[in-house]
Amino acid sequence: MNLTKSEYERLYQKKSPDSPLWKDMLWAGLIGGAICTVGQLVSNFYKGRGLDTDGAAAATAITMVFLGALLTGLHLYDKLAKHAGAGTIVPITGFANAIVSPAMEFKSEGLVLGMAAKLFVIAGPVLVYGISASVIYGLLLFWMGG
Amino acid sequence: MEYLNAFITGGIICALSQILIDKTKLTPARILVSYVVLGVILQGFGLYQNIVDFGGAGATVPLLGFGYSLAKGAAAGVAEKGLLGAFTGGVSGAAGGIAAAIVFGCLFALLSRPADKSGN
Repeated sequence: MNLTKSEYERLYQKKSPDSPLWKDMLWAGLIGGAICTVGQLVSNFYKGRGLDTDGAAAATAITMVFLGALLTGLHLYDKLAKHAGAGTIVPITGFANAIVSPAMEFKSEGLVLGMAAKLFVIAGPVLVYGISASVIYGLLLFWMGG
Repeated sequence: MEYLNAFITGGIICALSQILIDKTKLTPARILVSYVVLGVILQGFGLYQNIVDFGGAGATVPLLGFGYSLAKGAAAGVAEKGLLGAFTGGVSGAAGGIAAAIVFGCLFALLSRPADKSGN
């Protein structure tokens, strides 16, 4: 079947179930908010153990990545994501999910060019643009005498 | 109160992102990339710190917070080591998250089975 892009889009929109924006936003806000609240709990735990603000933030990031990767491995994160949309994509647990999912899927193609390479399908671009932006920002600060 | 602020801040960031997904058809990969870069830019203008001061984990757990720690690290690096710090600061600021993502990503990809496509 040959379809032009606009024909395909019309078909796609007809077939997609109607999900009103406010409902998607509510779910995203509730689940995303809940994940961040868990993050706050974890962060307070580390602060209680004597870590300073930066240390607690780093430890929290590590813990949240661990939880996201674990839940993805158990196939629970994707179930949550069905309702939560952005609520599960935007938190750092979603970043962990974006790393584990393709790595898991392509494990059968080998441990080097399968799993390890696919680990970076989404993490790679995030690191490329994120680190580049931070270096550009650092250079600007340096040249402006910061 | 801290927990409520985290819930509200994180919830608002995710709810606004849902508009991007529903209205622009941006892929999750593009959203994640945009958020990290946006986090660097917002912190570069000194804006994101205010959101972090209010929302705590509600601001640091979303990927914007990853950009925030990259930018914060870069600024600390430049203050401490000058030009060298511009290169080393960002990555060291976010090193915990990056290393955890690689190691735990690897670990759980090795331990778990791919999803059963036919079952879904």
